[in-house]
This record gives sequence, structure tokens and C-alpha cells, in this order.
Amino acid sequence: MAAKTAPTAPGANSDVLVSVKDMKKHFPIMQGVFRRQVGAVKAVDGVSFDIHRGETLGLVGESGSGKSTTGRVILQLIKATEGSVTFEGNELTAIDPEKLRKLRPRMQMVFQDPHASLNPRMTVGSIISEPLREHNQAKGDDREQRVVELLSLVGLAPKHANRYPHEFSGGQRQRIGIARAIALNPDFIVCDEPIAALDVSIQAQVVNLLENLQGVLNLTYLFISHDLSMVRHIADRVAVMYLGRIMELTTVDRLYNHPQHPYTQALLSAVPVPDPKIEAVRKRVILEGDIPSPANPPPGCPFNTRCPMAQKRCVEEVPEWRQLRTGHWVACHFAEDTPDVAAVETVEAAEDPPSHLPSAP
Amino acid sequence: MTAQSPILEVKDLETQFHTQDGTVHAVNGVSFDLNSGEFLGVVGESGSGKSVTMMSLLRLIPMPPGKIVAGQAMFEGRDLLTLELEDLRTVRGGRIGFIFQDPLTSLNPVLTIGFQIMESLHIHTKLSDEKREARAIELLQLVGIPGAKKRLESYPHELSGGMRQRVMIAMSLACSPRVIIADEPTTALDVTIQAQIIEIIRDLREKLGTAVIWITHDLGVIAGLADRVLVMYGGLIVEEAPVGELYANPQHPYTEGLLGSIPRLDQKGMQLINIKGQPPSLYQKPDSCPFAPRCPYVFDRCREENPPLLEVKMGHSTACWWDMDNQRPRYGS
Repeated sequence: MAAKTAPTAPGANSDVLVSVKDMKKHFPIMQGVFRRQVGAVKAVDGVSFDIHRGETLGLVGESGSGKSTTGRVILQLIKATEGSVTFEGNELTAIDPEKLRKLRPRMQMVFQDPHASLNPRMTVGSIISEPLREHNQAKGDDREQRVVELLSLVGLAPKHANRYPHEFSGGQRQRIGIARAIALNPDFIVCDEPIAALDVSIQAQVVNLLENLQGVLNLTYLFISHDLSMVRHIADRVAVMYLGRIMELTTVDRLYNHPQHPYTQALLSAVPVPDPKIEAVRKRVILEGDIPSPANPPPGCPFNTRCPMAQKRCVEEVPEWRQLRTGHWVACHFAEDTPDVAAVETVEAAEDPPSHLPSAP
Repeated sequence: MTAQSPILEVKDLETQFHTQDGTVHAVNGVSFDLNSGEFLGVVGESGSGKSVTMMSLLRLIPMPPGKIVAGQAMFEGRDLLTLELEDLRTVRGGRIGFIFQDPLTSLNPVLTIGFQIMESLHIHTKLSDEKREARAIELLQLVGIPGAKKRLESYPHELSGGMRQRVMIAMSLACSPRVIIADEPTTALDVTIQAQIIEIIRDLREKLGTAVIWITHDLGVIAGLADRVLVMYGGLIVEEAPVGELYANPQHPYTEGLLGSIPRLDQKGMQLINIKGQPPSLYQKPDSCPFAPRCPYVFDRCREENPPLLEVKMGHSTACWWDMDNQRPRYGS
């Protein structure tokens, strides 16, 4: 493994790597011959959170909740409409492009669709070494050496460097995408639904790989997913998004055992558990209706149209983003009054997997 | 579940696709029964043959390139695979309803919801226009669509994904079928909408007693729904068991691996099992166990002979040479 550039203080888990404040991203809706703006899709409508060095922050939500947009704005792939994003104290929204380019190697992305995110005309070797070329790191033999090293880090063989993406399965392609993301020794990786397009038996392979790499390379992840079970497995803290806002943010244990926001509670209770005995006795909160359109969100709390606890105040007033207790943030007027129930009883994972089965790669 | 005689009996079904790159052996000898009123879950990954199996029953696969090479599918005393096309049409959408994965591509975008529901009533029943409309409204109410009468005039694009899937369910129910085949009906939906659809299906089953075949890749979804589960891999059924038994006591290494590889909402600190390798290529007919290259228990016989699906306990069958309970080869090899 190559020596990591810019080593970070070991054990400094609490320092903030990425900080997002009141960030908004509105996409204009244009209409008519003169392309006049007639409205805006409020994809992200004011979110604030920190990502600590070395942690995995899970960002969950249903489709259209703005989670992918949030990830892209953080990396400055699209510009924020309002608000601030800082990376190690550098304000990214107003940064000089040349300075941003210097920071790029340190923040990378793994995309959802491994078929669309790899250029079919490039060999795997050139895909993985492209970031090295782009940022003038490692030349000639060193670069080839680095590609071999990266391939082995993600569980592929050196011979794979000369092949093309179509020769690989979905899981292997995602490994290639991960190799590209770690090529420049980043500190921070946005994983945008990295397993959503993969088969069930392959998902565990990729997640185990991400977890391993995090340990080896000291990575910080923003893990965007709609799979609440997988997020429980991989994340340290979780933020729940709904219609462009974060509804609740806290540690994994608190979120899954003591969710305080009615949306989190409903969301968790909707996730099926692969165990017939539990499913037979579980109580469910079935939400009515659908997510409203982000082009025309309801006034007040965005969840008020479906909330089982909604009252007059919820329609009139946007709930404040407040800290209920240390490290437990919530945006609900009545978070104190929600019943304190977990969606399912948590059990400690049974035993280690049977010893004859292979564990992590 | 009361034991009843099966209403659908499938025997040795084989389906192949002849493509430029060679023959794809999608389904390689699948046999199963469906009892009246039963909820049968079919689990498998993409390429396991679960959808092609069910589509083959109603000959809904494109032919060519597809071809049903062998097999029998007895339904109400007739073999669906040899039935005249004219007669098969009375079964499709009439006696057997189908719900597809993606309601956006399976609904016609230029026809109203009402037209599309009433179309199948028009084909399969002799109801008058007014009766048809009344039935369509009744169906939309049944699947919980508010303002049903007004909704008949809506076009698919005016509805959300969850609403469209409800319309699909309503359409499949239109002619009071004996069997509904649902192909990943909630995969394209968000989890809170999925919960709504599952609740509707659960409710409808109690009211109507229709038998359901539910195809999915998600072991979580059918845990709370199915009576019995088939696990498919490489175009074969590798395990078949009542739902509780399957999850508590899997008898095939693939099922065991699958259950260990998915994280659970109710567990913390769980280590995910890696099922190494990739799903099998289907360009060859399996003459050995298709799971052998990925199996942690593999031994010589697995690479030589394909294990048959045999009952190892009451109602619990597995296609594996390895006895998981006793950790030794099965059938005294």
C-alpha cells in the first residue's frame, strides 16, 4: 500500500471533516418561448449537518427526497443555490476553481450504476489510472504499479487491467468504480447508492469491501441509500431525509431503537424483516398517500400531509432543526410527544458466522 | 393452510432462449405445485429463472428467441403449454392474473385507467357497459384508490408509482382469477409505498382467497406474506419449504448464504457473509450443481452430478448433496 498523503491524527474521530449549513439546491423550472422561470424544484431545501473524520454517515430517504442531490452538492458537482459547504474549513461554495481542483483528489465518489459510470471504450487499467493522470500523480511504471496495487485492494487481479468494463459482472464493475475512487488517496468518499443495482448475494461483497477499505485507508463515508437495513449495518450516524429536508439525525443505535420523528418511525416500521416469526407479530404504521412534489411542497412541515400526528401548528410553521439531546437532532414540533418505540426489537447479532464459511475477503 | 389438491401443477419445465451468442438455458427442469388459496413466494436473483418460469406458464415469453423445450403445466385440467392460443387467451387475464414489476411500462400511456380495466372485462365477460363501469369502480375501491369514479378518466402519467401499481392489481383482479402471478410488484416502489401495497395484498387475500405466486429477490418482503417459498438458482429450484421452516432451518447452502448476506433491521453488529464468486452463466445446461463453484461445502460429487430436488423433511425439499444438519454427504455417497 502506498504511503498515505496527509496523514490525519489517529483517533481524532470527533473532528469535523465536512460541514453543511443551511444548504439549498433549487432547480429552476423554465417554461414558454423565452424560457422564463415559473417555479423551482426544491430538491434540497435547507439542510445542516457535520460529517466527522473517520465516520460513516448514512443518508437515507425515499426517492425524490434529495439525498443524491445533497451528495453531489457537497462534492461541488452541482452548485448550491444557498448555504455553505466546508471541507476541512475550506468554504467550497465560493472557492477559487484552481483551489477546488487541488482539493478534488481528497473527495471522491462511488456511483450507483456501475454500467453507466465506467467508459465502455476504456480499459479497466486506464479507467483506474485516469485520476492519477489527471492530477499528475505517479508516472510510467509507478502508475502501472499503482493500478496493480489498487486492483488487488478491491479484490481484482492484475490481469484485469487490460480488459474492458463489459467483460465484468455488476459486482466486479462496482469494484472497479471503487478502485477509481480510492486511486488518489482520498479522505472522503460519497457513496451514492453503491449497492442498489447489485444482486443480493453481491451486495454483501461490496459492503464488506467498503468497510475493509475504510479501516485500511482511514476513509470517511457519506453513504447514501434507501436500504435502511444496510445503513444500520454500515453507518455510525444516520440522517433521514424527506422532501429536501433532514427530519432526524442521530447515532445508529438511537435512531433504530428510539426514533423520535414520526416519519422515521413510519419508515422503519415499513421495512420488512427476513424472519416470518417477527413479521407475523410486528405492528406497522402504514403511511397514507405519496411524497408530495418537491416543486410544490406543502407549507409548514414537509411531512404534515402524511403525518399521523399532524396538527394545526405543523401546517403553519416549519419545525425548527433542534437538538433534542446531545447528538440527537430532529425537525418536529412534537418530537417529545411521539411514542418511544422501536420498529422492531433489536437483538445482538447471533453468533459469528459459522466458521466454515468465508468471512470478509 | 389446509391441505388441498393443487390447482396448478408444473412438471419438468424447460425454457431456452436461442441468441446469437448461443443458447441460454434459462429454466432447466422446474416442477412445483400451487394449492388453491395458497401464497407461494419465489425467491431468486436476477437470472435465476424465476420470472421466465412464470412467464412460460402463460407463454408470455417472446418466441422466438424463447422456446419452451419441455414440460407440462396443468391448470383446471388442461395443459397450459399445449393449449390452443384461443383457449389460452381465456386463461391469461381471466383465470390467471398477472401483475408486472414496472407499472409505468405495462400500462398503456394513451389510454385511460378505466378503459384499460374495462378492456379485460370486455374480453373475458359478457357484462353490459354500465355493469363493467360499476365493476371497474368497485375494483379501484378494493385496492384503495380514493375518488375511484373520477380516477377512471385518468391517464397513467397522472398517477404516482404506488397508485399505478394499485391499478395493475385492480386489473389483475378484474375477472376474479383463481391465481395471481405477481412479478416483483413492489421492487420499483419506495418502502413506505411498498408497505401500502403489501397491506392491500394481505387484505385482498383474506377477502378473495385467490392463490398468489409472488416473485421477488427480497427475502424480507415474503417473510410476512408467503405460506411456502421456492428458492431458485441457475434456472432450478434448489429449495422448497414452508416459510417458517425455510428461514429457521435452511437446507441449501445458497439459501443459508443468502440469509446470512442480508443485513437485518433488527440486528446490530451482524457480520455479513460473503457468497464468493458470481451467479452462473446460463450458456451451458447444468450437468453439475450450479452452486458448486460458490459453495462452502462443495465436494467431489457436486462437480459431477446435479443433485435432484428431494424431500428431506415434511414438506421441505432441497437439491443438495450435502446434509447441512449432520455436516456430511447425503444419500450415502
